[in-house]
Amino acid sequence: MDLITPGTSLIFWQLFGFLGLLFILIKFAWKPMLEALEERESSIENALKSAETARNEMANLKAENEKLLAEARLERDIILKKAQDASIKMIEEAKDDATKVGAQMIANAKAVIETEKKAALADVKTQVATLSLEITEKLLRKNLSDDKAQKELVDGFVNELKLN
Amino acid sequence: MTRNILVLSLLISAFLLGFSGNSIAAGGEEDKTSFIMHHVKDSHEWHFATFGHTHVTLPLPVIVYSGDRGLEFFSSSNFQNHDTHLFGEEYAHEGYFIDEHDHLGRVDGASFIEFSITKNVVMLFIVLIFVGWFALSAAGHYKKHGAVAPKGAAAIIEPIVIFVRDEIAQKSIGPQYKRFVPYLITLFLFVWFGNLLGLIPGAANMTGNIAVTMVLAVLTFIITNVNGNKDYWKHVFMTPGVPPAMLLIIVPVEIIGLFTKPFALMVRLFVAITAGHIVILGFIALAFIFESITIGIASTLMVTFINLIELLVATIQAYVFTLFSAMYIGSAVAEHAHDDHH
Repeated sequence: MDLITPGTSLIFWQLFGFLGLLFILIKFAWKPMLEALEERESSIENALKSAETARNEMANLKAENEKLLAEARLERDIILKKAQDASIKMIEEAKDDATKVGAQMIANAKAVIETEKKAALADVKTQVATLSLEITEKLLRKNLSDDKAQKELVDGFVNELKLN
Repeated sequence: MTRNILVLSLLISAFLLGFSGNSIAAGGEEDKTSFIMHHVKDSHEWHFATFGHTHVTLPLPVIVYSGDRGLEFFSSSNFQNHDTHLFGEEYAHEGYFIDEHDHLGRVDGASFIEFSITKNVVMLFIVLIFVGWFALSAAGHYKKHGAVAPKGAAAIIEPIVIFVRDEIAQKSIGPQYKRFVPYLITLFLFVWFGNLLGLIPGAANMTGNIAVTMVLAVLTFIITNVNGNKDYWKHVFMTPGVPPAMLLIIVPVEIIGLFTKPFALMVRLFVAITAGHIVILGFIALAFIFESITIGIASTLMVTFINLIELLVATIQAYVFTLFSAMYIGSAVAEHAHDDHH
């Protein structure tokens, strides 16, 4: 048998043997195998995809949570600040009020004192007048002989009064 | 591990050297050449070893069809000398003979067709059964367990299937690759296992036989041209961008090109595998030509080394045959977006 001349027997058996193998394997081996491979590949791909989606969702949720947290913090800060402002304002108002009320009270007290003082002075004057009248009466009744003496006495009294 | 394999292969080589020794030790250099060529070529009997005058052979069926005598079956042992196991015209049997070049002939010279189960045909059956059993047991796993992680034969075949599908078919053929994947996987496994089993000492040089590579190349040729689309044929008969006068030269070249592609496929595999076998046998024969122990040891080491290279070649050639088949099919089914200036 020659090296480069193909023999009819080998051509015949090779052709039908190989074609037979090809058709048997296509039907019973490659078709189920390739289908199973594709199925597995697609299921792996789907699993990967859904894992990716879940991861994205997680990240979104986290971001949203952080956003909410940040908002809450901001709001808390604003509320605190407002409260602080309000308390400061209230304290200042209270201070102002107290000052005003105090000043009013002082003014009132001063007015009362003034009135009292005036009343007291008037009273004293009345008393002096009354006393002067009594003294005059007594002098008139007791000792009207000596004009000079009388005059000195009256002057003495008057001086005394002035000193008071 | 690697060391053990190396030692083992050395032992096997030495052992085989002892076997083949007797059959090639006698005679001059021409006998060595005929021993090598006899081993590389197809034969009507499977010769394993010779111990002194005892030939360990497997006689094979000779099947002949002729117009006048119909289908006939003989045993190849009818056509040879029972002591020397040599074929020759003098050992004719029922009007047929096998000459010393292992050719079947008819005494009266009438025409006939031979369908004998030769050594390579037996090898072919072994490879077919091996590939078929391997693939079917792998497929059984998917039938039984569904689309789960592979085990056993499936775990071995699956990477090959994925490799052929993704690296060869998809990359060379394009979007229509799915139709051709089963053919390409079968082709790859057949050539690969054929190459590997052919390397077993005593096995036949099946994938290094031109009839086998021719049939495979013709199948690729048929698949390519049956699936050829409009662009493919347009490229052959009205090559775009070529002046009309040039078409007179280009079209015959393109038509020849249709046939040179499968021809290259056929010759490449045949030459690569046959050359590997010849080199290995040549190194073995060296020891008997020089009849020296030193050269025997050196050639045994070389045989081991070449065998390792041949393992690589077996895989590369299977890959290349499949890849080029896929590329030829790809060129036939590709959807070109032809520009005018192409």
